[in-house]
Amino acid sequence: MANTMGRSFLQAAATSEEVAPPLRVVQIEGLAVLKIIKHCNEFLPSLVTGQLLGLDVGSVLEVTNCFPFPIREEDEEIEADGANYQLEMMRCLREVNVDNNTVGWYQSTLMGSFQTVELIETFMNYQENIRRCVCIVYDPSRSAQGVLALKALKLTDSFMDLYRNNNFTGEKLREKNLSWVDIFEEIPIKVSNSALASAFMTELEPELPVKQCDYDRLKLSTAPYMERNLEFLIDCMEDLSAEQNKFQYYYRNLSRQQAQQQTWLQKRRVENMARKAAGEEPLPEEDPANPIFKPILEPSRVDSYLITNQISNYCNQINGVATQSFNRLYLMKALHED
Amino acid sequence: MAVLQFFPPSSPVVSSKLHAVVLFNICDCYVRRPDQADRVIGTLLGSVSDGVIEIKNSYAVPHNESADQVALDVDYHRNMYLSHLKVNPKEVLVGWFSTGFGVSGGSALIHEFYVKELKEAQSSIPPIHLTVDTGFKNGEASIKGYVSSNLSLGDRPLAAQFQEIPLDLRMIEAERVGFDILKTTVVDKLPNDLEGMEASMERLHSLLDEIYKYVGDVVEGRVAPDNDIGRFLADTLASVPRMSPAAFDKVFNDKIQDNLALVYLSSLVKTQLGIAEKLNTAAQIL
Repeated sequence: MANTMGRSFLQAAATSEEVAPPLRVVQIEGLAVLKIIKHCNEFLPSLVTGQLLGLDVGSVLEVTNCFPFPIREEDEEIEADGANYQLEMMRCLREVNVDNNTVGWYQSTLMGSFQTVELIETFMNYQENIRRCVCIVYDPSRSAQGVLALKALKLTDSFMDLYRNNNFTGEKLREKNLSWVDIFEEIPIKVSNSALASAFMTELEPELPVKQCDYDRLKLSTAPYMERNLEFLIDCMEDLSAEQNKFQYYYRNLSRQQAQQQTWLQKRRVENMARKAAGEEPLPEEDPANPIFKPILEPSRVDSYLITNQISNYCNQINGVATQSFNRLYLMKALHED
Repeated sequence: MAVLQFFPPSSPVVSSKLHAVVLFNICDCYVRRPDQADRVIGTLLGSVSDGVIEIKNSYAVPHNESADQVALDVDYHRNMYLSHLKVNPKEVLVGWFSTGFGVSGGSALIHEFYVKELKEAQSSIPPIHLTVDTGFKNGEASIKGYVSSNLSLGDRPLAAQFQEIPLDLRMIEAERVGFDILKTTVVDKLPNDLEGMEASMERLHSLLDEIYKYVGDVVEGRVAPDNDIGRFLADTLASVPRMSPAAFDKVFNDKIQDNLALVYLSSLVKTQLGIAEKLNTAAQIL
């Protein structure tokens, strides 16, 4: 292990002059996966976060360990406490030779509703200090359905540039050809284990009783999960329509303002003609002091993009669960016929 | 006359349960240990209920071990303990672990230290000592849990006897789902829904096959019949709900229709999103 680490440090040092290769895979150790699962499940139904530690090697981001964050009650005094806790943990882990480079953070989510502005803000904060960071999202409710719902997310570079300049007008977005799918980029996850751990696991496997089949995946009742998904979907649709209304309002205001500008311009022109006929100075054709010339701010499209993302997520989830339940139902039918 | 007295632990500890996370953590600490150390020592955290100690978390503690003395970094242990308590106040100190086979002399001293720590925390449970054999002595992985009790001759404490207690490796459902992935050294991608379904169904199928074979063997007299298993099978078959084919078909079709409606709805929503996006960004004003 020391050899590969030495090589990767050299590589990392060598490539820091050139453009960093795009992140292609996130390699998580089984230990980190289990810790994340355990932490998220323990604190259901509240949402928790934690820090990811590891190494950034070329196009692979390795996550070797993680530690959870305590739940914050109020934000004022705990601010310093939280930072202390982090430093303390990193220092202690350093003493036992654990990699203590922060490579990102993980959070648990409810029903896949994690696309919020806070997520983007946190990403921007992290990005200032670390060159490459990733957010791992774990969905405990979906895992109860029988799928390991672990996702690695990253903000796309184009989106980050736009966000930094706070420039979200329609034209800019069309320029960059950025649609709502381009905000988050999902990176494939690879799970790796040390040889010792896998030896242990293989050794222990026959000790597990044969009956431990994962029956939960074959459960027929998906109704509660689907119901909640639909509820969230409906809420999101309402939010989306509110956003649409905002845009419509803006467009209406804009067109009304332009009509006003035109009429005012016409009046000015007529006045100027009259003045020219009378031999006086023509008045300027623009008047910045007039309130109808005040530019109206176009509402930012970030929110609507995020909501759209969330809706599509819910739809995907519903599709997945529906497919699964189709399979289960047909299985039951086959069993019943015997 | 001096009598060898044997003090059983104050609250009977029957068995213990070990979460898989702890095992992974111990392996990881062992792999990362400093070069001069032979084994790794650390603290175990968890909870106790009804005489069953449940080990949920662990962390390694740096230590120095020489031929006759052992030095443990107490400050580090206390700091980490406090940090962990901040996250989860319910996970308390329940014992300690060490890699390597069997219990050695140095372990007794360390165990004394943990007994003292627990006494300070005023808990009545004795600490559990977990050994994880990373060297694979005897060609197999042995994970054992011990509880110590003090042997004394009259008034003089003589020795501490380590009794092995049964250890149960358990995993919660979500971990079980990922267990197959965790077995191998490298996995290329996480299996998605359908592949997982397929795996579950295959497992169910193989279970059914085994039962079928067993029943066939018993009927033909190849295997001695076991009343318990027979009763269990009868119970299982009886628990399949008996419904007339018409009723079953109706329920089945209803469910299928519900699901289809949902799939239709979600595709409708997706189309709507596509249209909305085009409208929003394609609007030209001037």
